[in-house]
Amino acid sequence: MDYLHDLNTFIPGTIVAIAGLAVLLLSVSRVKINTIFYVTVVSLIAALLFSVRDLFSPVGTSFYDMIAFGGTAAFGTFLVIIATLFCVLISRDYLDAIDHHYGEVYAMILFATTGMVGLAVSNNLIMLFVGLETMSICLYVLAGLIKEEKTGAESALKYFLLGAFSTGFILYGIALLYGATGTVNYAEIAAAADGSMLFLAGVALLFVGFFFKISAVPFHMWTPDVYQGTPTTLTAYFATASKAATFVAFILVLSRMLPEIEGAGWTQALAVIAIITMILGNLIALVQDNVKRMLAYSSIAHAGYLLVGLAAGTAAGYTGVLYYLFAYTVMNIGAFGVIAYYEKNHALDFTDVNNYSGLGYKQPVMGVLLSVFLFSLAGIPPFVGFLGKYYVFAAAINAGMISLAVIGVLASAASVYYYLRVMVHLYFREAHKEYDLIQPGAIFKYALVVLCVLTVFYGIEPVLPGGSLIELLTSYYPLSGSASLLSP
Amino acid sequence: MELLLNLTIYLPLIAIVAVLLARKDQAVKQISLIATTVTFFISLPLVFNFDIANSHIPQYITEGATILPGFDIKYLVGLDGLSLLLFMLTTLFGPIVILSSWNSVTKHLKGYYSMLLLLQTASLGVFASLDLIVFYVFFELSLIPMYFLIGIWGGAERIQATIKFFIYTLVGSLIMLVALIYLGYHAGEAHSEFAFTADWRFISSPEYQIGLVEQTYMFLAFALAFCIKVPLFPFHTWLPYAHTEAPTAGSVVLAAIMLKMGTYGLVRVCMPVFPNAFMEFAPWFAILAVIGIIYGALVAMVQKDVKKLVAYSSVSHLGFVVLGIFALNTVAVQGAVIQMINHGLSTGALFLIVGMLYDRRHTRMIKDFGGIAKVIPVFAVMFMITTLASIGLPGLNGFIGEFLILNGAFFSDLYNNHIYAVLGALGVILAAVYMLWMYQRVMFGPITNEENNEIEDLNYREIGLLIPLVLFMVWIGIRSEDFTRYSESWVNNFIEVTETKSIAVLEDAQKTDHPEWAARFYNIDGFTGELEVEFVHINEDPQ
Repeated sequence: MDYLHDLNTFIPGTIVAIAGLAVLLLSVSRVKINTIFYVTVVSLIAALLFSVRDLFSPVGTSFYDMIAFGGTAAFGTFLVIIATLFCVLISRDYLDAIDHHYGEVYAMILFATTGMVGLAVSNNLIMLFVGLETMSICLYVLAGLIKEEKTGAESALKYFLLGAFSTGFILYGIALLYGATGTVNYAEIAAAADGSMLFLAGVALLFVGFFFKISAVPFHMWTPDVYQGTPTTLTAYFATASKAATFVAFILVLSRMLPEIEGAGWTQALAVIAIITMILGNLIALVQDNVKRMLAYSSIAHAGYLLVGLAAGTAAGYTGVLYYLFAYTVMNIGAFGVIAYYEKNHALDFTDVNNYSGLGYKQPVMGVLLSVFLFSLAGIPPFVGFLGKYYVFAAAINAGMISLAVIGVLASAASVYYYLRVMVHLYFREAHKEYDLIQPGAIFKYALVVLCVLTVFYGIEPVLPGGSLIELLTSYYPLSGSASLLSP
Repeated sequence: MELLLNLTIYLPLIAIVAVLLARKDQAVKQISLIATTVTFFISLPLVFNFDIANSHIPQYITEGATILPGFDIKYLVGLDGLSLLLFMLTTLFGPIVILSSWNSVTKHLKGYYSMLLLLQTASLGVFASLDLIVFYVFFELSLIPMYFLIGIWGGAERIQATIKFFIYTLVGSLIMLVALIYLGYHAGEAHSEFAFTADWRFISSPEYQIGLVEQTYMFLAFALAFCIKVPLFPFHTWLPYAHTEAPTAGSVVLAAIMLKMGTYGLVRVCMPVFPNAFMEFAPWFAILAVIGIIYGALVAMVQKDVKKLVAYSSVSHLGFVVLGIFALNTVAVQGAVIQMINHGLSTGALFLIVGMLYDRRHTRMIKDFGGIAKVIPVFAVMFMITTLASIGLPGLNGFIGEFLILNGAFFSDLYNNHIYAVLGALGVILAAVYMLWMYQRVMFGPITNEENNEIEDLNYREIGLLIPLVLFMVWIGIRSEDFTRYSESWVNNFIEVTETKSIAVLEDAQKTDHPEWAARFYNIDGFTGELEVEFVHINEDPQ
């Protein structure tokens, strides 16, 4: 056992964990909050660089098969860290504005990120559980950051209670799986899987836990309240980083641990959940006036689209989900970022969409950014959101699930209405009264501009010369067996 | 030439950067005008160098790399006989719509002109792209600028109108996307190299055939999207609403170019790719087209608002195009192709004229006018020519298209009934009724409203932007073969492809299993190796 080699496969996670400890120490000493912010950003950039390096590394497992590296796991790490980085970049100004700018926030974010990285690289049910819990406990704390207000307390308590509940499901599922197979390692479980009642019950409970974490209907109840009560930039963090980590873990479980057992029907179960999630998420989002709640329901709907890719159960499906997660991360953080910016302007209650009237002209750059992010979320080409949807639906069609794809596109057509509604207020209506918006801070603004550039660039990137992201993702699933990308 | 084609498509897009950086309002307008004018002039060599004899083969091809090995989605643009004229129509309208908004749009200029330029790039992309996924991307992209054009610079009920327009069109095209992906995988199975292909050249070629059942579903999905865009009765409800609320430039682009994307798609995709379904469903679409022709004309007749009248006349005129497309013989399809151009020119010009009227009096109600022909004679002449062109007076462009379509539809063996052409001809008469009646009420008679004495006649800018359109109306009217010859080889070739493919598919279907309804609908068992349909090839010049 070569520890240095093993450590080399987990550098991003290590950097983030050490940075978290450092930030915790710094925040109890008399260091300026800005220093803490920069330490966090620099460590995340370092972690990001290493995670980009890992994208191209060979696939394998380390730490006694506890974690996976390379391929899907590396991309999961990359997603988590890039999401965290951008959320931190947009958080400083916002937290300052709402007077909740503490060093501990950054420490909690970094610890949660460590958990997410652990989750995204897990190759073992115990690792999965440890990662999930590390992440969740930190997120419970962050959800209650605005503890003076009722919504903050409600958010934290709701998240904690339901989260603990779902963790219970996962733990019980793990116990049953261990009972059925005598191991917690994915590959060994796959080898020992027998399709017994015990095994199937274990898998079902594990799935329920996952559904809770990705807020799939009917396990989504906590999402709107938590997203509404949490500071907006941290909501972006919840909605993207934690979801990306959980989905990547879900893919690893599905692709490495669960062989297709006769009559087990994972894909049917996933397809059913995907359908009700897409339909319900979009329908409820249609009637939301609060933009944060609207985005919460929209993120539920997006979990539905992602589940379509998982339900396809093919290499193309998993590739599509990874691509979609990237698209979703970029555009969703962007959308939450602009909303956080509007919210900071306390002249009106700027989480109500009816108060967005005429805002697009006050700060043209911000208006254009939000429009791009929303069009992308709606899946309109040529933005990255369209390609994400394209890949998951194409995978479903290729797997013969045409009705699933049709329901998916119709649901997303309905979703266009509520995204357009925001733009109707931004541009088509006159402002209620005269007021000026504050200037966005430089870092905040440029972080959003970078996200916008990514949203546009990755929308047209496939036709540009040179290697593309989808090519890289496809290389993670070499053509073999039933998971072949080329055989329909 | 390849470079020139790409430059034509993307120059308006590049000009947006300059527009956003411009400091003065005047500069914004000038940049947009220069960009679109240059676009028009650099697109001219594409016509002069076009190989007319081989117009069924796409020319000036730019082909990018596939997005994945084995996955044939790529940047692929080129022009052929079908797209060339529509492409040119789009570049022609570029400077015209910019000029038409010169004084009438005053708020948020940068946004307005950026949207017009973006729309230009998207429309050119739709007509030039030969990869169906790229086509889809441009098709959808064109919705975004139109959404803002109607929503920000439109009339009182603009918000409902623009949302209805956007979602209505989007639902259709999303269902088309599912069918498109399915088609891509299906074509990939037949392709030797790729697992997925969206290359129109392969999909439309005779060696690729689709089974009857799949053809039916995919045809319906594609046809739905295109018919919503056209719009074919009963999917037309978004159109009058969007037209009335849109600013002048928006209406012009919507009528002249965006509606053509629907009919263009029917010819480009539905006809050669799903031949059997296309032929079996043809009478049904002809019925809808005839209903559209007559219904649109009747509703236009009772309109009080000139703009709404023109909008409903669009429903009627595009019914002719659809009638011609589904007749599936050389004459009718040629007529449909040239009628797309005609409708673009005459309805585009009508919307411009209505816009000019509105700029002067801030009303579009017919009752507010009357007798103004004496006050503004130049305007009256322009309006008259356009009105007559729209009616289909011989010697002007509208006649050629309608004559060819009705002629082809009359003899069409797919329709197998003269009634479609007869009822369609009724639409021509009705068109004369509503257009001339409107013209009479607006332009002639005594002046009932004092304000109408003060109207100014057209200025040089307005005359300048109408002159090219009028010139083309006359040119097409007297020498239509200068235009129809571009698409002739394309139409002949692809009608033949449609024919051969449908026979091959039927022969194949006899040997394989198929569901009961398909057997009945396509009359598989009664198929004797030859189509009951005799294709009328009238290759000689119809003049």
